[in-house]
Amino acid sequence: MIATGGKRWLFLGVALAVVLSYVSGGLNSYDRGIWIDCGINIILAVSLNLILGHTGQFSLGHAGFMSVGGYTAAKITLVCAALLPVSMQPVLLFVAILAGGLLAALAGLLVGIPSLRLRGDYLAIVTLGFAEIIRVIMQNTEAVGGASGLSGIPKYTTLGWTFALAAVTIYVVAGLVNSTYGRGFLAVSDDEVAASSMGINPVRYKVTAFVVGAFFAGLAGALYAHHKQTLTPTGFDWLKSIDIVVMVILGGMGRTPGVILAAILLTWLPEQLRVFSDYRMIIYSLLIILLMILRPQGLFTFKRKKKPNPVPA
Amino acid sequence: MDSFCQQLINGLALGSIYALIALGYTMVYGVLRFINFAHADVLMLGAFSAYFLSPAVQKLLPLPGVGGALVVMLLAAMICAGVGVLIEILAYRPLRGRPKLTVLITAIGVSLLIEYSCQHRAVFGAATRPFPELISEKNLEFLGLTISSNDLVVVLVTAILLAAMWFIVHRTRVGTAMRAVSFSPQAAALMGININRVISFTFGLGSALAAVAGILYALKAPGIEPLMGIHPGLRAFVAAVLGGIGNLPGASLGGLLLGLLETFAGGIPGLSNYRDAIAFAILILILLFKPAGLLGKSTIEKV
Amino acid sequence: MDRATIRFGGLTAVSALDLSIGPNEMVGLIGPNGAGKTTAFNMITGVYQPTEGGISFLGHPTTGLKPHQLTKLGIARTFQNIRLFSSLSVFDNVRVATQLHRRHGIINALWRGRDFRDSEAEVEATVMDLLAIFKLEALRGEMATSLPYGAQRRLEIVRALATKPKLLLLDEPAAGMNPTEKEELMHLIRFIQERFSISVLLVEHDMTVVMGVCQRIAVLEYGVKIAEGNPSEIRSNPAVIEAYLGTEEGEEEVEDA
Repeated sequence: MIATGGKRWLFLGVALAVVLSYVSGGLNSYDRGIWIDCGINIILAVSLNLILGHTGQFSLGHAGFMSVGGYTAAKITLVCAALLPVSMQPVLLFVAILAGGLLAALAGLLVGIPSLRLRGDYLAIVTLGFAEIIRVIMQNTEAVGGASGLSGIPKYTTLGWTFALAAVTIYVVAGLVNSTYGRGFLAVSDDEVAASSMGINPVRYKVTAFVVGAFFAGLAGALYAHHKQTLTPTGFDWLKSIDIVVMVILGGMGRTPGVILAAILLTWLPEQLRVFSDYRMIIYSLLIILLMILRPQGLFTFKRKKKPNPVPA
Repeated sequence: MDSFCQQLINGLALGSIYALIALGYTMVYGVLRFINFAHADVLMLGAFSAYFLSPAVQKLLPLPGVGGALVVMLLAAMICAGVGVLIEILAYRPLRGRPKLTVLITAIGVSLLIEYSCQHRAVFGAATRPFPELISEKNLEFLGLTISSNDLVVVLVTAILLAAMWFIVHRTRVGTAMRAVSFSPQAAALMGININRVISFTFGLGSALAAVAGILYALKAPGIEPLMGIHPGLRAFVAAVLGGIGNLPGASLGGLLLGLLETFAGGIPGLSNYRDAIAFAILILILLFKPAGLLGKSTIEKV
Repeated sequence: MDRATIRFGGLTAVSALDLSIGPNEMVGLIGPNGAGKTTAFNMITGVYQPTEGGISFLGHPTTGLKPHQLTKLGIARTFQNIRLFSSLSVFDNVRVATQLHRRHGIINALWRGRDFRDSEAEVEATVMDLLAIFKLEALRGEMATSLPYGAQRRLEIVRALATKPKLLLLDEPAAGMNPTEKEELMHLIRFIQERFSISVLLVEHDMTVVMGVCQRIAVLEYGVKIAEGNPSEIRSNPAVIEAYLGTEEGEEEVEDA
């Protein structure tokens, strides 16, 4: 899909996002909100897909990275918004998002290190544990509002920002994987011992996946903060991480287009079920079980068409 | 010194409950190699079973009283054993041999299903209900210490059940079969062991333990509600991994350690808010140095 | 290898093994089941660490190095039970093994500038050449694990060669092959050694293959080297005959066709 010279896809995606944000003036704010949710979930699911789908690292801590990014960015805009003129808003948002992403990447590095020795269930527990530790720390830090969280965050997130960043996320993850360098992620996921014997350093690939994945989760968190305008530690508990994992599995592990579709579906569907709010979560959990039993390869995974690799000219 | 001993007893009681729950996690992991997230909810169902059973039992046997309490526990354990077996057959059996992630997500799905269904007003509702007094609580004065009789009951019941578990696993035919399945399901099947029956038995046994643990937990807790299992479940699960998941003495040790730790950390003013974080931090530290847990054997991958 | 010893618990799996492999030499390591061949192999490739003694490669001590670092030094291997990357195509299986020689990194892979395209084109050319040599180019788009057994074995060797090794270690390449396939394999091994002028260490259970291709053979029994020499010396060595046939002749090694 993204062959060499695929940069034009990135520009196309970003351009599309900008156009979309102009067109979206016609949407009511409720629909616009749902589309922004979709974009944020796409970023989360695609970035988790790098860790979980492509590299095979069982992470249940994506909400933790998201919260680091969200809190960092929100704190920055809350402090600086009053000091800067209104015209500086986009710059401020950009800086806040970037800072959120970088700090989340740092958290990713911290979580990536234990992943060197652990695998499978143990890794899942450690990542879950890290996310819970982050949450408890937030809950007890007065600077970020403690248990009641942060509120009054300026509403900076727009459709344009969200989908532009979603395009960047998709480009980076797909671009990374579709290179000789990036095939190493898949090799590590398939067979670490064999990969290592082929000169691939599994440690470096795993940590890279965590750092890059966490960075984008941080961006998503920053967008989320400036969209919902409030952040509470409980919003980032492990159920949120599970939601993202379900998106990746529903879409098919390691299949970027499927994961994007799943992220949209799982944002849109709960909104439709709002009428049955009493039964919503019961239906959701039943769906998870049925999906795992009936279509564990994902909803959007079909038998892969054989596509010969390009023959060098 | 007095307060130290007091904390020690509280910690032991809490740790015993964690150990009982952790045993269920670890036994299921032993035979199926996956973490049964729904275990925590079976615990909750155990407490609720006791809640609904005790008025009925009270008509026949005096409650609070030892005999009545035993009957309630036994019945609740049987109900939960049935629920555990049912969960295994309906949700996990179709997934034999599938990738770990699939099974783990299913387990999470089952756990969410039980929690949200029970929270629905047509089932239990989300409100907290007071738990009936199964055994009258007395405070015993002993060498200047005040010991709650409930704590003693908890430690005693746990000790008996741990011994029973050891006996079942090491001295009975079905226990031998469990160990064989845990070692190699294929080889066990070739030796004529009915794997599905062993797995069902394991789920039943683990769930029965969870039911008892749920009742003991409810005795000490302010009340019961559909999400009551999450907190002790998560701790017990950390305890099982801490001790080396799949390892029975490891689960008991991990549970006791975690209970003591939580009680002592709770006694230090600045730390009490960080209790959850501390449990996980310790788990992560231990896994960094001993990736297979305290008593688990690390395996060298054969090439 | 210099007096390399490894113990698992109380068991000494390989004891004081001395073995040297010259440049462009084809050495065989044989021995009956459980003699410690694969363990010796895993020590050389860094999967296990020797408890005593040491191993060096081109003057570098290799003790303590991780498998990927050894591969960087120029040691490549295949696996006894084939370990191809199951989610990758034949082409990608080989492409991944060129990691050490690609010139682009994460930044280039994202920017995709001219350098990146050149580097990728170079990698592609190398891979296609290798696949062509081993007649796998027609299968390049297939998933690696969908290939027939013999082709998978060949692909594993191609993948190892893509790391541009100086020493190629083959772990029981003849396992599960019929006599015709073994014959082909022997041709292939000789061809590789000539074409790429590398050293080969062949760990094998099967006498015919080893006798057919190796210049020098070392024999292990119970972790101890009991003989070393050229094929005809080994064939007439009484200790080897005893190890292979046992004292009561004709009862063991039936599968050793």
